[in-house]
Amino acid sequence: MDWFLQQTINGLGLGAIYALIALGYTMVYGVLRFINFAHSDVLMLGAFTAFYIAPKIEKLLGSQSALACIMVFIVAAALCACLGMLIEKLAYRPLRNRPKLTVLITAIGVSLLIEFTAQNEKVFGAAPQPFPQLLPERAIHLGNLVISSNDVLTVGVTIVLLVAMWFIVQKTRVGTAMRAVSYNQQAASLMGVPVDRIISFTFGLGSALAAIAGILYAIKAPGIEPLMGVQPGLRAFVAAVLGGIGNLPGAVLGGVLLGLLETFAGGIPELSNYRDAIAFGILILILLLKPAGLLGRSSVEKV
Amino acid sequence: MPFLGAKRWLLAGIALAILASYFTPQFNRYYLGVVIDVGIAIILATSLNLINGHTGQFSLGHAGFMAVGGFFSAWISLQVGGTANAIWYFPLALVAGGLLAAAVGLLVGVPSLRLRGDYLAIVTLGFGEIIRVVAQNTEAIGAASGLKGIPKLTNLGWTFGFAAITVYAISALVNSTYGRGFIAVHDDEIAAESNGVDTTRTKVTAFVTGAFFAGIAGGLYAHHKQFLSPTGFDWLKSIDIVVMVILGGMGRTVGVIAAAILLTLMPEVLRDFSEYRMIIYALLIILLMLLRPAGLFSFNFKRRSHS
Amino acid sequence: MKPFHLLFATIASLFSLFLLPSCKSGGGDTIKVGEFASLTGKEATFGTSSHEGTLLAIEQVNAAGGVLGKKIELLTEDDQTKAGEPANAVNKLISKDGVVAILGEVASSRSLEAAPICQQNKIPMISPASTNPTVTQEGDYIFRVCFNDTFQGGALANFASGTLKAKKVAILTDVKSDYSKGLAKSFKDKFSTSGGTVGIELDFNGGDKDFKGQLTAIKSDAPDAIFLPGYYNDVALICIQAKQLGLATPIFGGDGWESESLLTIGKDAVEGHYFSTHCSIEQPTPEMSAFVDAYKKRFNGKSPDAMAVLGYDSAMVLVDAIKRANTTESAALRAAIAATKDFSGASGKFSLNADRDAVKALVFIQIKGGKFTYNATVNP
Repeated sequence: MDWFLQQTINGLGLGAIYALIALGYTMVYGVLRFINFAHSDVLMLGAFTAFYIAPKIEKLLGSQSALACIMVFIVAAALCACLGMLIEKLAYRPLRNRPKLTVLITAIGVSLLIEFTAQNEKVFGAAPQPFPQLLPERAIHLGNLVISSNDVLTVGVTIVLLVAMWFIVQKTRVGTAMRAVSYNQQAASLMGVPVDRIISFTFGLGSALAAIAGILYAIKAPGIEPLMGVQPGLRAFVAAVLGGIGNLPGAVLGGVLLGLLETFAGGIPELSNYRDAIAFGILILILLLKPAGLLGRSSVEKV
Repeated sequence: MPFLGAKRWLLAGIALAILASYFTPQFNRYYLGVVIDVGIAIILATSLNLINGHTGQFSLGHAGFMAVGGFFSAWISLQVGGTANAIWYFPLALVAGGLLAAAVGLLVGVPSLRLRGDYLAIVTLGFGEIIRVVAQNTEAIGAASGLKGIPKLTNLGWTFGFAAITVYAISALVNSTYGRGFIAVHDDEIAAESNGVDTTRTKVTAFVTGAFFAGIAGGLYAHHKQFLSPTGFDWLKSIDIVVMVILGGMGRTVGVIAAAILLTLMPEVLRDFSEYRMIIYALLIILLMLLRPAGLFSFNFKRRSHS
Repeated sequence: MKPFHLLFATIASLFSLFLLPSCKSGGGDTIKVGEFASLTGKEATFGTSSHEGTLLAIEQVNAAGGVLGKKIELLTEDDQTKAGEPANAVNKLISKDGVVAILGEVASSRSLEAAPICQQNKIPMISPASTNPTVTQEGDYIFRVCFNDTFQGGALANFASGTLKAKKVAILTDVKSDYSKGLAKSFKDKFSTSGGTVGIELDFNGGDKDFKGQLTAIKSDAPDAIFLPGYYNDVALICIQAKQLGLATPIFGGDGWESESLLTIGKDAVEGHYFSTHCSIEQPTPEMSAFVDAYKKRFNGKSPDAMAVLGYDSAMVLVDAIKRANTTESAALRAAIAATKDFSGASGKFSLNADRDAVKALVFIQIKGGKFTYNATVNP
């Protein structure tokens, strides 16, 4: 029983990060209907931004203080939001009316560009860098169970951001515009919605989410390197599709489910070597039963 | 491309292949190796073009089919052993690899009946990854250390012979009465269905045929590199092939072949810039997409336009 | 229609660039040595280290006047940590550039891809750090300047039962890595025949960042020690998470652990753990200290890791063989490399045996006070 509970806790800690990344994927997908492959690289850049600014901020606001930590998150998220908007403007906007696959290839190009530039010795270099401890880490003991304060932080941030995103999309004017753009871009633009600005905003929001996820990921695994985003990015993408891509709670559900599954699989000798495949196996199974994902609405095509 | 043109391609390709194999010993091994890489890339891109381009399904698992064909045919060659009567068993091993890949293609084609777009993309990606993980855990094909000591049987003749056959077979298939169904499914699935096209069968045929040729390409690759490691067939390899198809212009055979040649040669040419090589490569992909979004080799005199 | 011409021109010029003969240096005035390494991609850190070691060696040799009255020209190709790339890189080095020998790679799987090509072209290849036993079995032109995993696995098994007094050992391997799997296998063979029990065996994927699933299962299995044959970037994270879960069992592994990054990332979480490696910076031979000083000077104060030491040695063994052979003709050069005996490398004194593997001592290192401290030496 202890074993089961401990694995559940571990799984939630991992799943929360997947969920956060998946949230970013889903936001962009919901509005633009294309998979932003560069999302996982923005995540990496978020972690590196924090890596470089954290010492400066901590000098001003005190080492390992909550205030400094929050500032690091905000500054990195803001920088990455700008970067996301820039990528959208330069690489994706000119292709807005082209088939989605064209944009997809451009996104792959952007992703490769960021990864290989970052790996250059003159930029970040390929070697892992030690990520600083932003907050003192504590282990909370409950009987035989151990809960890391980092995991609590991750789960908390994910819940807060999910609610915030849901609020933005459902309750604000911008959110209404986002939904309008998602539903029908042309009609939205005819109704006076500034489509370019809304898409730009969505990208900024998605990139900020990626940056926050990147920092949390770096806190969990404090060796950051230019390819750190690839693996969680792929898993989060699976999570987003699992939950029904474009659906916010779906992304979180998918992420948590995947985190739990991978953690449990990791602890079983006959399964741990198939861990990479298990996520996909479950995904295929679920999509066969529910083709639009767990919470996705299947769209009926009209003639 | 008109149907007659396809036959010309086949003959020209096979003639070229025979001619080239005749001169093989005089070629520099490096150039020879890269030219064989180009031939394999042509097979991969053309076969994926059937699924992604002509039929309009979005598959991200082509490396998986390639792995199945590669490992199986290499395993057969290792069981038979020796290069003495290679001319007999090599094509058989390749076809066997292709057939197993086709069988796996059938397995992957089935979910495609229910899924479309990004969902299909992620499921095929998933299948590709599952194939890699299974290969990684199968002792018979070397598990994590991979399969080594594969005899060097791939030469220009086999590669371009099979490339010509692939291009011919797929062009002929797409241009046949039956094959018009692929394009119909691509253009409008519902309209195709209501006009009596068996969309299910069409999609599965596309997957199985595409997988078969990818399997052949995998076999050629295995007997070319002489060493196979499961990590070489991850999803990034599939992405490489997808980039070829999209850059060439989905569904445009000549364009896709040209893109396969271009994208295989580009990293080799850029070797002199070593540390900036992949940065330039990525930049070129972005620029090409921005400047020629409908595919590098699409021109306004093409048969059909994309919405 | 215009772009059409443009594109044809592009493809044609690409082709001609590609076919451009590269005999610019005309041969004669330099000795060309090829190197392939993973300078980008997942395992770029190892490739970069070994490359820097090799580069330093060649620069030193050239500064001292070169060999046979000629300078050495090092041609380096990046294989991007990608399967399929080493074959092209090595083919290019041999057939286009005409190198006399090949140095590389760290990872066994990529050495295994290059080895048949070197063997068929009869160009000697010296791997700095591929420890998988099968690498040098590819043929008589393939060498390595490190010990192989059969020796290392055996030494680790003795260490577990001897120094650690472990009866039951859990094993955590990287399922993607042939190095990790191979080392685990030779460890297991030796450990179980010498009376030890292998407890739970689990896998992770190199590059994963979460290992708590595996570590929790290991904790419930309660082994006396955990054997972790992996690379330092994963190892550091695994040790951190083991500490978070309150796992106090000693962890030990192989030469993949050695890197400053293990200490800077792992910090206090790697404290007290052990690994085996090629040499200890704490027990320096004169060659070793000279190397460390030169390396720090050349690469802005960076400390060398084991891969850098071996990269350096692989180049030095080659240079020594060229000197002894007094030619770069391939058969004579091969014979000279095979005859390498009591070579004083930066990693210690070693000879190459009939299997073309280096016969050299192995050292155990313990991480103590945030430093790699010497623990024991195992002689072959």
